Amino acid sequence: MSSIESQTLSADRRKKVRDITVISIFSALIIIAFMISMNTGFIRLSPMELLRTLFGYGTDKQELILFEFRLPRIVISVLVGAGLAVSGCILQGISRNALADPGILGINAGAGLVVMLFISFYPTTTAAPTFLLPVLALLGAGLTAMLIYTLSYKRHEGISPSRLLLTGIAVAAGISAVTIVLTLNLRPDQYQTVATWMAGSIWGSTWKFVLALLPWIVILIPYVMSKARVLNVLSLGDQMAQGLGTRVEKERLLLLAAAVGLAGSCVSVSGGIGFVGLIAPHLGRRLVGPRHQALLPASALIGGFLVIVADTLGRWVIRPSEVPAGIVVAVIGAPYFLYLLSRTKG
Amino acid sequence: MQYSIKAGEEVEKPSAVKYPSRPWAATLILVGGMIALVFGIGLCISLGAADIKLSVVWDAIFHFNPELTQHQIIQDLRFPRVLGGAMVGACFAVAGAIMQGMTRNPLADSGLLGLNSGAGFALALCFAFAPGLPFLYLIMFSFLGAALGAGLVYGVGSFSRTGLSPIRLVLAGAAVSALLSALSEGIQLYFRIGQDLAFWYAGGVAGTTWLQLKIMFPWVGGAIIGAIMLSPSITLLSLGDDIAAGLGQRTKLVKLLGAIIVLILAGSAVSVVGVVGFVGLIIPHLTRMLVGVDYRWIIPCSAVLGSLLVMLADLTARIINPPYETPIGALIALIGVPFFLYLARKERRAL
Repeated sequence: MSSIESQTLSADRRKKVRDITVISIFSALIIIAFMISMNTGFIRLSPMELLRTLFGYGTDKQELILFEFRLPRIVISVLVGAGLAVSGCILQGISRNALADPGILGINAGAGLVVMLFISFYPTTTAAPTFLLPVLALLGAGLTAMLIYTLSYKRHEGISPSRLLLTGIAVAAGISAVTIVLTLNLRPDQYQTVATWMAGSIWGSTWKFVLALLPWIVILIPYVMSKARVLNVLSLGDQMAQGLGTRVEKERLLLLAAAVGLAGSCVSVSGGIGFVGLIAPHLGRRLVGPRHQALLPASALIGGFLVIVADTLGRWVIRPSEVPAGIVVAVIGAPYFLYLLSRTKG
Repeated sequence: MQYSIKAGEEVEKPSAVKYPSRPWAATLILVGGMIALVFGIGLCISLGAADIKLSVVWDAIFHFNPELTQHQIIQDLRFPRVLGGAMVGACFAVAGAIMQGMTRNPLADSGLLGLNSGAGFALALCFAFAPGLPFLYLIMFSFLGAALGAGLVYGVGSFSRTGLSPIRLVLAGAAVSALLSALSEGIQLYFRIGQDLAFWYAGGVAGTTWLQLKIMFPWVGGAIIGAIMLSPSITLLSLGDDIAAGLGQRTKLVKLLGAIIVLILAGSAVSVVGVVGFVGLIIPHLTRMLVGVDYRWIIPCSAVLGSLLVMLADLTARIINPPYETPIGALIALIGVPFFLYLARKERRAL
């Protein structure tokens, strides 16, 4: 009895240590990626110059490049990655389906459509639209999520995960079709902007966009963290969750709203980056297990790391021009998704 | 009617009980559809940004006079375009019918299973690295690309221990399509092939030329004749591999032939109009409802109905917002998506 207890205790402690290790490793990786990313681009800076500039002793030119161009972009990448990853984590938890992700479910496409409409009518990016964009994207994401939820809901059955996914794929296809129609009526110069946006590039790379995105991330991720226990219970199945005294429908809707909020606000500044919300929670689960208390922060960090790396690679591969981060992520993410699909049952 | 299926013989497909084979209906569709096609071609040629009288259309085709502008427009632009639309529609529909029959997956469609985006990817590569490649080569690359897309999706299926259920096949298709489209987009952005490729990618019959039709016709004609010859075996396969094998069919061979036909059809269609989905999903289902479950009827009827659908979609695309063209891929998706949703809700089995 006592030996079992001590075993479970030490097992618990081992888990804790492992969780903390994973989280610290990814935090370190993000910092390293941050350093490398700061150095990627047309003008190279030595690590010393970089540090000097960061602490305010660089030349004006160095300061301009770092503070006005590279730093906001990197901060955005991390935020977007974290937001999308947590969003995917929630969706996978509440649908109990390992393949759910805001991109596959068409939430990105819905947000994208609204942003697209906005860009085509307001080609300028003055101060007001900057703060409007996340709100609009959110609107698009929310409407799409509601549409998918309604379409895949059946009386007496509720939501079946597979129907949810199929509906998502279909809705995404429909929205893409509408988006394509709209893009073709644009002027060629607008078209290049929108095409780049749709491919998922960190285009909103000024401090204004950081400010526009930050509140969503700072409010929603801690909120979801506080619901970690609920997510754990929900992934046991509805009946079990009800038996444990959870108000399943209400909690699920709240969490879904949070997922939509995160995905929508991220998509508004980064365009359609898919697969992050899928891969990050998966890797997280393999490293720290299914408990959301550890899984959510781990996913967030992995997601941030992924997008930073993708964005940096995209800027480096065909310099001086760049590949949108979304394409880099898809090239890494799709094969991983297919691998998962062939490994899992059902 | 040695292969005709009676109601109740099947355990696997409840739809078969609902749709017994109806040769009369099928004959009606074939004859009526052909007549409708001929009229449709005339109608589609005469309507457009500038309307042209039907009598002029007749003259332009049968008594061509190069001095008249209207004749010029018809001969060089509209006539090949309408024929292209009809041909492409038949391709997508027959490819979808064969895929649905062979895989017994109600959601199979060359667009959903990554064939279209594979062909599109191959073509984006051609546009970028070898601009001005002759169309014959484009078609070849298009076949290869379609094979790449299909190979990836089926490869995933073959690696999984349990095989892929319809929904998982669709998911695999979605992922492969996402990957290949992302690569195409990347190529497009980098080489700034821009909107022309986008137009082509959104699906449009606008640029069809006589040369393309000439090159495509033998492939497509051969593939559709092959599909009709293979159709009795596909009917058997649609009952399940075990039953087909039990009745002495060499299922592997049939599947291989079917796959080759599908690749040729999807590849040639994409090389002309770009990535148009859902035709291969909607039409075979519709045809099954009308003519029953015998693929000897389903395949030719799908070809006719598919032609009609794409032709009408193209007509709509031209007259909805003149002088701008709406991509037909988008128009068909607007019909296709609700249909897909309806299927996804209806399918209780194995999804």
